[in-house]
Amino acid sequence: MGMAALPAITMLPRPSFADVPATSAVNTTGLAVTDSEVTVGILHSVTGTMAISETGSVEAEKLAIEQINAAGGVLGRKIKFIQEDGASDWPTFAEKAKKLLVNDKCAAVMGCWTSASRKAVLPVFEQYNGMLYYPTFYEGLEQSKNVIYTGQEATQQIIAGLDWVTKTKGAKSFYLLGSDYIWPRTSNKIARKHIEGHLQGCKVVGEEYFPLGSTQFNSVINKIKLTKPDVIYAIIVGGSNVAFYKQLKAAGIDLSKQTLLTISVTEDEIDGIGGENIAGAYACMKYFQSLDNANNKAFVPAFKKMWGEKTVIGDVTQAAYLGPWLWKLTAEKAGSFDIDKIAAASPGVEFKGAPEGYVRIHENHHLWSKTRVGRAKADGQYELIFETADLVEPDPFPKGYQ
Amino acid sequence: MLGDYSIGDLGAILAMQGFAGLILFSVYVLMALGLAIIFGQMGVINMAHGEFMILGAYVTWMTSNAVQHFAPSLFPGYFFLAMILAFIASGALGMLVEWALIRHLYKRPLDTLLATWGLSLILQQAYRSIFGAREVGVELPDWMMGSWPATDSIQIPINGMFVMALTMLITIAVAYVLYWSKWGKQVRAVVQNRVMAGAVGINTEKVDCYTFGLGCGIAGIAGSAFTMIGSTGPTAGQLYIVDTFLVVVFGGAASLLGTIASAFSISQTQSTLEFFLSGSMAKVITLLTIVGILMVRPQGLFALKVRK
Repeated sequence: MGMAALPAITMLPRPSFADVPATSAVNTTGLAVTDSEVTVGILHSVTGTMAISETGSVEAEKLAIEQINAAGGVLGRKIKFIQEDGASDWPTFAEKAKKLLVNDKCAAVMGCWTSASRKAVLPVFEQYNGMLYYPTFYEGLEQSKNVIYTGQEATQQIIAGLDWVTKTKGAKSFYLLGSDYIWPRTSNKIARKHIEGHLQGCKVVGEEYFPLGSTQFNSVINKIKLTKPDVIYAIIVGGSNVAFYKQLKAAGIDLSKQTLLTISVTEDEIDGIGGENIAGAYACMKYFQSLDNANNKAFVPAFKKMWGEKTVIGDVTQAAYLGPWLWKLTAEKAGSFDIDKIAAASPGVEFKGAPEGYVRIHENHHLWSKTRVGRAKADGQYELIFETADLVEPDPFPKGYQ
Repeated sequence: MLGDYSIGDLGAILAMQGFAGLILFSVYVLMALGLAIIFGQMGVINMAHGEFMILGAYVTWMTSNAVQHFAPSLFPGYFFLAMILAFIASGALGMLVEWALIRHLYKRPLDTLLATWGLSLILQQAYRSIFGAREVGVELPDWMMGSWPATDSIQIPINGMFVMALTMLITIAVAYVLYWSKWGKQVRAVVQNRVMAGAVGINTEKVDCYTFGLGCGIAGIAGSAFTMIGSTGPTAGQLYIVDTFLVVVFGGAASLLGTIASAFSISQTQSTLEFFLSGSMAKVITLLTIVGILMVRPQGLFALKVRK
């Protein structure tokens, strides 16, 4: 078997054959690893409602895999990927996850976007001992040996942003809005606890949720006009987002005067909303396409070269790009593809080439990362306004916030 | 919750809230009109109604891009052209669908549900393949954005007024076509008794085809108008379908007046409750009320009296 794979390996520029550890040494549990290839899975929705959001993640993961292969692969092996479609349907996600782990024996899976899909595949990954790299910022309250969370958990995203807005804008009153499901509700709960418990003299003047897909916001906009909050704190997702910002503008609320802070609108969403409708709003997350650092200056053109000049890159897309790289670095640290060794070696793995700057995996399998505030411009990009001085520690089970 | 506010504030909010309700009413009527024709007059349960709307939205998006590219000076008025094109595109697709699919199913009304649901999935995937999975942003001319300050504190969204005017215009046009034109008489005759209508010389197949096309065309106009207030993506049509059916069924199928009355009562309930409660609770209570009323009066608010 080693001989058969020899020509393929000698075609690689580097590392030389002598560097490549034996398959029997790096794969003791029967994963899909040969002398020249290692198989990973990509599991996102490319059809159905969520395709809007997940397309960017798929693109980023494919770019990362291509770049890793061009640089010599992982432990001397090229990455081959098998892509499955979760079709925006949670049971389908679970079924495809099982297929990727049991039939295809994937060494790692990059996938999922919504919390619902992650919750659906989690038992599968734990039962069949797989490794999932999950890219989305999410509500926290979860930690698993079998998952690496490459997006921010809620406290990382929320607390720094609220501190910033009270400090620089002198904000005292907040109106919390959200789509009606777990992520906005949990996030707003953390925001409320922080506002009421940790920020001097600040209060929440309203908190509201709208069914997913809701397209009418005129009533709540009137309520906002009545209560005149210093900050509108919006966690609205999907098609509702577009309706909300268009109606906000139509109702005469000028975002250059009214402070609005969101954690759910990335550059991807602005494409649909229209830059002119959201210009002036602030977003709090860890990555913006406009970040000015060497890594990002290489990443953005590479992404556009592969996926088209008009493509935009949002926070989650960047987090998805981290997945394959972190897995590669972890496998090289562990010297093995075995899931248990990858899980054990993950804490402490650092990726200096991340477009967002520098990230490191925490013991709780989330990432240390900086939190940033950007201001939306009419051209659909964010302008960086603020970033935390240090990396923010991930805290998926925050004490006093539950 | 109203203790701390001045009378002026409250008055302004009351006025704006009234307009919010009227805008919601117009939106409901506009999205339900096309379905009221198709479901009400023809008995076809068109699950792809939302996708016909989104076709209109995509046509608007393409028109906007084309006008910006080829004739930027005409941009302020492109929306009217876009709505006409949306009507033609959705109407033509509707007639094609009627000819290829629906006409074989008139005797099996429940099967139209499955067939059109399949059609909606096909259309969604087609949009995704053609226009991409991401949402597109439709750029509007400046005069349609922003709000009109009636007084210092009362601001009325311009796009909301635009939707209201458009809805009124289309409702009057539809009422005229259905109740005063010769063709409308034929449509109603076919609805009441297909066999007899055919026997007196009405070409029922042609009437069906045009009726379906008209319904879809109006959906296209609605989709075009909704680019002002909502999103344009492959699955955005799904956001409207439930509310649309709700309005039509609650109003009583086959009654234009019923559709309008039901849109009015649902929108007013919804927007008033939204103001005093939260968005999700308002929806829950509205739906519960409708379920309750439909249990007592399954034929809807207004029903056509026919001898069974």
